[in-house]
Amino acid sequence: MTEQLLKVEGLKKYFPIKSGIFGKVNNYVKAVDDISFSVKEGETLGIVGESGCGKSTTGRMLMRLLEPTEGKVTFDGQELTSLSSNDMRKARRDIQMVFQDPYASLNPRHTIEKILMEPLNVHNIGDPKERKQKVHEFLEIVGLSSYHAKRYPHQFSGGQRQRIGIARALMTNPKLIIADEPVSALDVSIQAQVLNLMQDLQKELKLTYIFIAHDLGVVRHISDRVGVMYLGNMAEMANTEDLYEKPLHPYTQALLTAVPVPDPAFEREEVVIKGDVPSPANPPSGCRFHTRCPFKMDICETTIPILAEVEKDHYVACHLYEESRPQ
Amino acid sequence: MADTTVKNDEIEMQKVAGPWKEAWRGFRKSKIAVVGMGIVIFFILLAIFGPLFTLQGINEQDLSQRFQPPSSTYWMGTDDFGRDILSRVVYGARISLWVGFLAVIASVIVGSILGILAGYYGKWIDTIISRFFDIMLAFPSILLAIAVVSVLGPSLRNALIAIAIINVPNFGRLIRSKVLSIKEDEYIMSAKAIGMQDIRILFSHILPNSMAPVIVQGTLAIATAIIEAAALGFLGLGAQAPTPEWGKMLADSRSFLTNAPWTMIFPGLAIMLTVLGFNLMGDGLRDALDPRMKS
Repeated sequence: MTEQLLKVEGLKKYFPIKSGIFGKVNNYVKAVDDISFSVKEGETLGIVGESGCGKSTTGRMLMRLLEPTEGKVTFDGQELTSLSSNDMRKARRDIQMVFQDPYASLNPRHTIEKILMEPLNVHNIGDPKERKQKVHEFLEIVGLSSYHAKRYPHQFSGGQRQRIGIARALMTNPKLIIADEPVSALDVSIQAQVLNLMQDLQKELKLTYIFIAHDLGVVRHISDRVGVMYLGNMAEMANTEDLYEKPLHPYTQALLTAVPVPDPAFEREEVVIKGDVPSPANPPSGCRFHTRCPFKMDICETTIPILAEVEKDHYVACHLYEESRPQ
Repeated sequence: MADTTVKNDEIEMQKVAGPWKEAWRGFRKSKIAVVGMGIVIFFILLAIFGPLFTLQGINEQDLSQRFQPPSSTYWMGTDDFGRDILSRVVYGARISLWVGFLAVIASVIVGSILGILAGYYGKWIDTIISRFFDIMLAFPSILLAIAVVSVLGPSLRNALIAIAIINVPNFGRLIRSKVLSIKEDEYIMSAKAIGMQDIRILFSHILPNSMAPVIVQGTLAIATAIIEAAALGFLGLGAQAPTPEWGKMLADSRSFLTNAPWTMIFPGLAIMLTVLGFNLMGDGLRDALDPRMKS
């Protein structure tokens, strides 16, 4: 039985919409609305969804780069959401983040050495000589050379910069890495290299990943389990194989239908959804997907479905499966 | 195989230029900017060492030598008290540059602090500071300077304070907007993710990255400050007689314009050249430091 490293309960983030000169709050964007999940030690949890579904917001709330409006995040037995901001800062040693844009996430005025040494300085790890050695060691680990240390970010390609971003996240020996679309800014050929590097590092350093992306193929490649988000809610969550082979939620089915298959003879049952994603400032009542769902029932307009285990380790938030649920 | 090792060595040997060094390289490419810098350096050297070499004292009157036109003894002629204009112009460089640099440094420091507070912490702090800047910018700057000097009393020191004050909102706004944009950059988010303290993020990431436009604006502001000091001197609100301040010299010799034009031409030329030098240099710096201007 593997241990749960991270547990998220009822996480919410509402952004106020202000208007007028006095900044009166007249509505909220419900970016993330009540999601719960847990991550086991050593696994990779993929989170997929369209742009604006709240997946990045979720990632940032986990390490409190954004303060959650409501909800509880427990990491390694410690409740992060109740820590003081200074304790939270120290706790970030064990949770690190890899960012989407390798061009924007490195300070253009610092050398690579300075960038990589920063986490060590902040958390007071080792003496200056050890720090330098560690920087060189990690540069080699992510496939760069120690002579790169004296250079500036603009002298590297996108893929190399993302390797630097990964090295920075590894400097403090974290347990959990939240990767927020780490490969979506890269060329496809480079994507594979970076993904493989991340997988190798996971094995070597026994890391746990939360991998946020919109690319279903990438997520399938790297994840053990996958959660599908729609408009701030978790629609479905299951082991990767189960989810891709036998998607239950109509939204997941539609997403997977949209993935092109390189076989012209391939035919499948298509689930087509119509319309656009509704505004998160004014989400539909009941099930948030009901405005676009081909299997809509009356109950969907009024009652919010809860994420429940329909099959073993397969969670889905949909009224269609209410009967098959063990009571 | 051998080829790749050679290549690697080459890469290793490549000189690594930091962002400042690269900016300097860009700056050097513009001839006109280098000329501007040459003028500025000339006046700085003049201000520091010039007074050591001038033959006549700056305030020594010799009424028998009134209104001498430029000659081999008096290169720039003499004024209504028979004082050597060259000596006074050379000494005036010290005063004008001193006022220019000090006023700008003071307004950069105050403006930076206010701008950073407004930009980084936002909310009501930002509202208060920004409205304060708006009010100050609503006054024509020279009028505001006159108002400040009339409260403090006319003197060179108070003129300097007045110039510093009227420049604060310019720098404050500049830095506020820069901080606002840098604050949203992902490397700030990543510094937070590492666990960096706010104050450390400010000094190690935000401040160095917002310095480039301040340097450009600062160089240009020195030129404006020199003109403003001269204008206040001209109006009798800055340096007082017998200080050889350029603006004051212009004001004093105004009535002799027709019969002794050299009494005005040389201080006027000195102001013009210094300001031109700073402006050319500032333009060159902007081209070198502003990434949008890069081809």
